[in-house]
Amino acid sequence: MDKNIATLSFAHAAELLREGQISSRELVQALLSRVDVHDEALGAYLSVARESALSEAEEADARRQKGEQLSPWDGLPISVKDNIAVAGQANTCGSKILEGYTSPYDATVVRRLKDAGCIVLGRTNMDEFAMGSSTEHSAYKPVANPWARSCVPGGSSGGSAASVAAGEALAALGSDTGGSIRQPAAFCGVVGLKPTYGAVSRYGLVAFASSLDQIGPLTKTVRDSAVLYDLISGPDPNDATSVPDAATGVSGVFDSGLSLEGKKIGMPKEFFDYEGLSAEVREKVQNAAEALEQRGANVKEVSLPYNEFAIAAYYIIAPAEASSNLARFDGIRYGRREVAEAAGRLLETYRLSRGKNFGEEVKRRIILGTYVLSSGYYDAYYLRAQKARTKLREDFARVFEECDVLLTPTTPSGAFRMKQVTEPLQMYRSDIFTISANLAGIPGISVPCGFTETEGLPVGAQFLAPHFAEKEMLRVAAAYEQASPAAGCYPDVTETDG
Amino acid sequence: MEYEAVIGLEVHLQVRTASKIFCSCANRFGEEPNTLVCPVCLGYPGVLPAVNKQAITKTIAAGMMCNCEIAGYSKFDRKNYFYPDMPKNYQISQYDLPLCQNGSVRIEGVGFSGDEIPRRHIGVRRIHLEEDVAKSIHVGSYSVIDFNRAGVPLMEIVSEPDMTSPDEAHAYLTELKQMMHYADISDCDMEKGQMRCDVNVSVRAVDNPGFGTKVEIKNLNSFRAVHRALSYEIERQKELLEESAAVEQETRRWNDEEGVTTLMRTKEEAHDYRYFPEPDLMPLQISADMREEIRRNLPESPASRRERFVQEYAITAYDAQVLTGEKALADFFEEAAAASSAPKRVANVIMTEFLGWLGDQGKTVRESPVGPEAIRELVSLVENETISMKIAKDVFSEMMETGKAPGDIVEEKGLQQVTDQSVIESYLQQVVQENPSVVDDYKSGKEKALKYLVGQVMKLSQGKANPQQVNDRLRDMLSQ
Amino acid sequence: MGQGNGTSHIDVRYVADLARLELTDEEVEKFQGELESVLTYVDTLSRLDLSDIEPTAHANPQANVWREDGASESMCRDDVIRNAPDSAEGKYIRVPPIIEE
Repeated sequence: MDKNIATLSFAHAAELLREGQISSRELVQALLSRVDVHDEALGAYLSVARESALSEAEEADARRQKGEQLSPWDGLPISVKDNIAVAGQANTCGSKILEGYTSPYDATVVRRLKDAGCIVLGRTNMDEFAMGSSTEHSAYKPVANPWARSCVPGGSSGGSAASVAAGEALAALGSDTGGSIRQPAAFCGVVGLKPTYGAVSRYGLVAFASSLDQIGPLTKTVRDSAVLYDLISGPDPNDATSVPDAATGVSGVFDSGLSLEGKKIGMPKEFFDYEGLSAEVREKVQNAAEALEQRGANVKEVSLPYNEFAIAAYYIIAPAEASSNLARFDGIRYGRREVAEAAGRLLETYRLSRGKNFGEEVKRRIILGTYVLSSGYYDAYYLRAQKARTKLREDFARVFEECDVLLTPTTPSGAFRMKQVTEPLQMYRSDIFTISANLAGIPGISVPCGFTETEGLPVGAQFLAPHFAEKEMLRVAAAYEQASPAAGCYPDVTETDG
Repeated sequence: MEYEAVIGLEVHLQVRTASKIFCSCANRFGEEPNTLVCPVCLGYPGVLPAVNKQAITKTIAAGMMCNCEIAGYSKFDRKNYFYPDMPKNYQISQYDLPLCQNGSVRIEGVGFSGDEIPRRHIGVRRIHLEEDVAKSIHVGSYSVIDFNRAGVPLMEIVSEPDMTSPDEAHAYLTELKQMMHYADISDCDMEKGQMRCDVNVSVRAVDNPGFGTKVEIKNLNSFRAVHRALSYEIERQKELLEESAAVEQETRRWNDEEGVTTLMRTKEEAHDYRYFPEPDLMPLQISADMREEIRRNLPESPASRRERFVQEYAITAYDAQVLTGEKALADFFEEAAAASSAPKRVANVIMTEFLGWLGDQGKTVRESPVGPEAIRELVSLVENETISMKIAKDVFSEMMETGKAPGDIVEEKGLQQVTDQSVIESYLQQVVQENPSVVDDYKSGKEKALKYLVGQVMKLSQGKANPQQVNDRLRDMLSQ
Repeated sequence: MGQGNGTSHIDVRYVADLARLELTDEEVEKFQGELESVLTYVDTLSRLDLSDIEPTAHANPQANVWREDGASESMCRDDVIRNAPDSAEGKYIRVPPIIEE
């Protein structure tokens, strides 16, 4: 069992359950065993819900025996990023400041998964409050890339990506504010889907940047991402930014064949000309384009001239919203409070509780965000960034008149080594290919497309589509997956050492 | 030198709704601490606001009552500051696009001091909607927080600095409160914190075109306190100006026991609220249809009702002011007066007897044991001379006690006025015979003596004789 | 304002005070340098002509997303108190004294 659980997909596991070849309990147990064996070295999980997962699995098995399963996915375990609320569980967001806090409620996505009978297996590691691209900013421990332990898994959903890649999870939920699902998916050789903004409820996702955040799946296959999208998406009265017209039933594309005849795929030249793009990554993604052409797609070059401003706009908007969203972490109602003894104790309580319990990257971004919103600077920074955001949206709208889906590299390079990137700006710039989708609110997916020759690290191809066009995007991604040289490749976590 | 005051008011009003503004916790006062709370109004990690449509509707209604322009496009913003009563450390409020702007409130009538206030329109700069904060209680070496109030919908109503006297400020607040009651927008109970008021006041020489230095007064817990605090503060500032001393820009606290304002702080700390559009909420587009629907459901304003009462029922402006003070009372009066041949008398009965009785019993108009038709019937019994005014008072007490109809009470107790000439004649005979000396007194010119004799006749008739008739007949009789 | 000394963008200590963050001297120095370069980078936006451009506040804008008024159960107070770092009488959240308002 242990050997093939590592490569078992969510959808395939559902089939095995249906056919009675495996029980939910066995499935959960097998995953827990893998976590026990491998996670000390990987660090993908911050906590594992061993007892509740096993007892929920038994309940699911009992339902199935009586023919009362809640859905085809009843009894399937899933792991969730630590910034997503699950009732009765911790919700640290990878931060010390939320130590000791227990969520009294379920995020909408979690409620939907539970309603389908799914089981939360554990909480995955992340950059503190999702701020980072390497998961080195977790306050608890770093996560190793399952393909090479000296490399980062990407971030901020590094724990989710690593757990799926290493076979410690069938699938996982992550969150993507500027690439935090797609970039770690690319670095870990798994599929990562960021849905259209508003397609999936954010209720219960601890906000980083409210107008950019979106929950999505990290999975072994494109089909699994489609299945999970269908499970978690849809309007939610608890989230005013969720939309009524989101794509539904996207896993239906697999029933209709995956023909790409007549599909127009655009390749934005600014992405491929980017000076920081490694030759190896460019080549792998160009190979992907050829594979798509061979399947009947019409590939053409397009232009997104405003993309070069995406990072600048993002590093104003995201920190600004974050500085406000993270103000509630003050040690008053929950989380860690530093007892201040000095006079003016209230002010000191705030300053010390926040100063001591937020990590460096979080403090850096709070300061940046506070600054750009402060009196006299709003117009020069925040308002200007929002206008640049309009330009970016228009850029995409224009390009999507010429093509159905865009193909780009997910990241400029393969996974970097731990502690290799220390300059914040350098780290920020590594998000160059993923950030604009968040600013425009369009969906994106990263699909493995090969490995670097030098280090054998995974490379991801990113597909982008117009708002609510998840179905079209997944059709192209799935069709490509069938041709990808990286499909079905998994790391040997027992031997990897970078 | 002659001085004048410039007064502006900032009023916070809790909107009456079933649930809070961004979550479905009940909007209720007086519950056990921290029992009306949830992850949303406690600002727990991961929660999002879901705005209550009713809070928006009622704020727009408030704007319409104040003759404001209603925004076609409005939005919520975050106001960022750290404070333990503010769960998220930002308040969801409205910054540059409030729901209502540029309105006015009409004031007039008899002021709090008893002086007449000339009719004026006080400008309303803006009304916006935001969330209330929690209640903090200070317990010496520490403070405790009750979050039940956090997230109650709160309107901020900012006036123009248009008022010039404590009476005008008091009248503005009274009018505002009446309008909010009329339209069922807020209960406006200051003791429950549903209505809170900050005052800005400056004093300047009348011939000085510039403004004086503005002082803010806090801790005003009643309209009376506002009036007293303003009177005190205007005097204080005048005295300073007269001594050619400078008025400092400062915030002062009203001390209600001692009747003085005391310094709270001199310099406004440099706030930097870092407002930005609330990304968790979508903007509001208030359509013409929506505005129309809200307007359709608005009640007549107290001001126009006052005017109409004077015209339609021929009552004095003062009576109209009293009778429209509360919507329930105005409705009660109008129902009683509308079908009455003597609306003026109806007004008198309601203002003296009815309100007096309610006051003694500590009851509200809604709790009255009789409806307006009972008052109308009582008045008509007097009008058609079935009973005298004196008997009417007894019937009134009886009907308030028992809830019976006045006609039934009169019937049951046989209280009909005696108008039978022969019966009255026999009472007169008896009284004249029994009081020869008084009769003599009258005949020798003591007008007072007649009053006594009338009283005796009324007594004999157990109050049922018509006093005017008795008076006239006695005069006739004794002049012969 | 306490900001904008000479050619630099940001007074890190002032902004950290606004954000209620206690920083060490080392942090202040480090952030000062790093954020200067980030701000210099984001200044590239000033190259764009953005006159007459509407700002985008929402990725997928809608209007009038509201709920009907209606109250439902609140959460259990014990859970509120359990999560609080300090409480009083089992019913209040306790904080250091709030001086003044």
